[in-house]
Amino acid sequence: MSAPLLEVEHLSMRFEGLVAVDDLSFTAEERAITAIIGPNGAGKTTVFNCLTGFYRSTAGSMILHRDGRRFRLDRMAGYRIARDAGVARTFQNIRLFLGMTLLENLMVAQHEALMRASMFSVAGLFGLAPYRRAERAAKDKARDWLDRLGLLDSADLVAGALSYGDRRRLEIARAMCTGPALLCLDEPAAGLNPRETETLNELLLAIRDEHRIGLLLIEHDMKVVMGISDRILVLDYGKKIAEGTAEETQRDPAVIRAYLGEPEREEAGS
Amino acid sequence: MTEVAAPEPVATTHRRLDFAASLKEAGLAALVALALAVPLIGFRVVESNGTVGLTTRFSWVAIGVAAVFFGRLVLALSRPARRQSATGRGGARLAPLLQFGRRYARLIGIFGVGLAFALPALATRSVVDLATTVVIYVMLGWGLNVVVGLAGLLDLGYVAFYAVGAYSFALIAHALSLSFWEALPIAGLCAATAGILLGFPVLRLRGDYLAIVTLGFGEIVHILLLNWTSLTGGPSGFGDIPRPSLFGLVFAPHAPAGYRTFQDFFGVDFSPAQRIDFLYYIVLAMALLTNLFTIRLRRLPIGRAWEALREDEIACRALGINPTTVKLSAFAIGAMLGGFAGAFFATRQGFISPESFTFIESATILAIVVLGGMGSQLGVVLAAIVLVMAPELGRAFSEFRMLIFGAAMVGIMVWQPRGLLSYRAPSLRLGQRGEAAP
Amino acid sequence: MNYLLQQLVNGIALGAIYGLVAIGYTMVYGIIGMINFAHGEIYMIGAFVSLIAFLALGAIGVTYVPLALMLVLVIAMVFTSVYGWAVERIAYRPLRKSFRLAPLISAIGMSIFLQNYVQLLQGARVKTLQPVVRGGFVLVAGSFPVQVTYLQLFNVALTIALMAGFTYLIAATPLGRAQRACEQDSTMAALLGIDVDRTISLTFVIGAALAAVAGMMVLLYYGVIDFFIGFEAGIKAFTAAVLGGIGSLPGAMLGGLLIGLIEALWSGYASTEYKDVMVFVVLVLVLIFRPSGLFGRPEVEKV
Repeated sequence: MSAPLLEVEHLSMRFEGLVAVDDLSFTAEERAITAIIGPNGAGKTTVFNCLTGFYRSTAGSMILHRDGRRFRLDRMAGYRIARDAGVARTFQNIRLFLGMTLLENLMVAQHEALMRASMFSVAGLFGLAPYRRAERAAKDKARDWLDRLGLLDSADLVAGALSYGDRRRLEIARAMCTGPALLCLDEPAAGLNPRETETLNELLLAIRDEHRIGLLLIEHDMKVVMGISDRILVLDYGKKIAEGTAEETQRDPAVIRAYLGEPEREEAGS
Repeated sequence: MTEVAAPEPVATTHRRLDFAASLKEAGLAALVALALAVPLIGFRVVESNGTVGLTTRFSWVAIGVAAVFFGRLVLALSRPARRQSATGRGGARLAPLLQFGRRYARLIGIFGVGLAFALPALATRSVVDLATTVVIYVMLGWGLNVVVGLAGLLDLGYVAFYAVGAYSFALIAHALSLSFWEALPIAGLCAATAGILLGFPVLRLRGDYLAIVTLGFGEIVHILLLNWTSLTGGPSGFGDIPRPSLFGLVFAPHAPAGYRTFQDFFGVDFSPAQRIDFLYYIVLAMALLTNLFTIRLRRLPIGRAWEALREDEIACRALGINPTTVKLSAFAIGAMLGGFAGAFFATRQGFISPESFTFIESATILAIVVLGGMGSQLGVVLAAIVLVMAPELGRAFSEFRMLIFGAAMVGIMVWQPRGLLSYRAPSLRLGQRGEAAP
Repeated sequence: MNYLLQQLVNGIALGAIYGLVAIGYTMVYGIIGMINFAHGEIYMIGAFVSLIAFLALGAIGVTYVPLALMLVLVIAMVFTSVYGWAVERIAYRPLRKSFRLAPLISAIGMSIFLQNYVQLLQGARVKTLQPVVRGGFVLVAGSFPVQVTYLQLFNVALTIALMAGFTYLIAATPLGRAQRACEQDSTMAALLGIDVDRTISLTFVIGAALAAVAGMMVLLYYGVIDFFIGFEAGIKAFTAAVLGGIGSLPGAMLGGLLIGLIEALWSGYASTEYKDVMVFVVLVLVLIFRPSGLFGRPEVEKV
């Protein structure tokens, strides 16, 4: 039984008296979609921010296993987590490079590989073969993703020209172009209509099946969560209150209580 | 663009109300103008024989206030009509012209370069001299463009690298008896090193803070140049700077022992214009190389990373890009280009002093980049031409130059923040129907 | 020992001036999150308006010093505030929704414009003023007596009074509450009925008024001004604001004091040529090692 892709143990995040994440432990597996759900303010995005190095966690450890190596995410700088450990993410309010074209967005994601091939721009400056090869390969990878998303015709348009749904999917494609081991998606279905949500589900399932990758998903849209998740983690007030498959979670009384509140009390005296 | 004609006012009461409101608006504006004008325009402090006195210029105040009043009135009254017909802010009317410009940008560029090369044959010596100054500023503008336009880092102390280039060139060439061509790359290296040293501690800072700190660095360099007399010669400056030669041919009436003069080699009469033309061609070549270099860098991953960083640093971090090294590279390359320009400046003048390296220079170069459109190569050229030529058109322009530039910077930001000529061409294309473009 | 005390006295008097200007920087940064590059020029304008007011009053025969001081104070504050208001209206308000660098560049343009505006209108040469407030007393006698001038006392007392009044304003009045609300969350403040535009304008006005006082003080203190003083003082006052913790008012005042002391001590014991360099070095060190300053709150990045 190999180690899970991601092991989070006793993760805590405190902001000057406010405890956003409280002693959270969970795992995520490769080739699986793990969803994190919970009412608003439960600390879900905070967990992501800790995982991806935007916050320095107050306590606990996060370990990513990749190709037999261990990465202590809680001790790494943000960009290293993305570059070395291979944790990619999308953002709640979409952070595409709106002034740059679709192709450029996907090329920026492959920055590391291209920089190495260009030998810090020297090979690139003189148009040497290794760089040209690497650039062509990067373009091919970008083209494949655009083709799969049906956005190939818009490759040279600026990202700002895309519709909301297309932007969301492009951001996912851009994250995938970094060649990650773990893909973290922060509310990818927010603002999508039912048809777009279907397309998103297909995309995420395809990613799970075709790549050696684990997906971690924050979502409110239950059609997505229940439809594609292999495991669900439920948070409330920064604590884990349930963990399991879709059926198990739906039936868990703690979850129901968190979402719907206590049942109404009878009048005093009965 | 179809224009919708302003409709006739529905009722005369409408028009009267509009007029009253506009009057009030204009009146308030005039009142503010009065408050602004009275102390500093209305009075003038005069010095005579060591004492100060006061003169009044209330006529100016009256004119100014009246101008503001009527100007605002016209603005207010025409607002409904303008709202109907305009399809966008100021830039809309320029748009067709700009589109034409974009399509033929390459052609215009080639024509411009050709004209630049032919200039010495077409124009007088003083024009060529002026053009040399223009090209220096173009180089500086393209250099700062890497930092401000591409990477989006507001550097207010760019003059520091210009100065490091000039002084390191002069001092090292003097100390090691090097020629212009030998010392030039060293100057660039020194400037790049300065860029890295200065950049390293501060590139983590937010935009505002970075701006102030770079401003501070510019000032520190200036103060050091002034006071470290033993090294830099202090306020009296430093001369004895080597002049460039053409493969060993010297541009002077007589050559030192072991060298031939240009006129001797080609069998022509000596003329001072030869050296001026030679310097012009050198800086022109340097500028063109700078241009090719920066355009090429933009198409490489490093250039894309600069632009991505400018757009969204957080997204860059999430993609595994180290913001500090990327910013540092922009800083260092921009500094190196500024250093080359500084070295040329030194050799052209034959003499350098701290006076030439003040904040005003940084502000001027920034103005060129901003007004030309951050990121636009052609825009920088046009802005540099305007900036250098304007004072030549008359003493009035020369005095008002920085005033107008300051106002223009504010104006451009408010009216068309991306500058007059800025349009971002993608750094690479996929081409038609997925076929990879060469 | 006495020499040290003298430098301390000088430093405090200087620090009062920097502190007043620093407050303008810190307030504007607190409420709209940008550095008002043109603030130094507002201070310079305050100095010029003060000079003109003094000369005008002298010309019409007002020579009773305390009265002249009060009048000049009011005149300078009023007219300089209009400049502060106008700068915000013209150069910053239209750019609230624009990209990050736009207000900065606009501010720089405004700074250049104002410097040249005053230079062209009033001439590039320095302007001098005969000492208005003369005399002082000896604090500590000895071979090197420690002297405190009445002007220094006046400056410090005025600064303390303004600080007290100002702190009261921010803490207890509706304007102060509105300002603090806008600092925290301007959208919410607007939804609650606060006129955010007006609050911001008032912030600029107050900052300008305080800068005007500083301008008057520097005119009286040094007796010499020119159109360029805003540039240098601006950087130092900004350093003071950062040192004290940007966004914090007591921090700005404390920072101003510290910068004044540093400058006085450095030029007293080391060299006067490099005193400005010293202040910049302080700025860089603070920004590298403790960017939130002494009293500031460390910024948490929102992702």
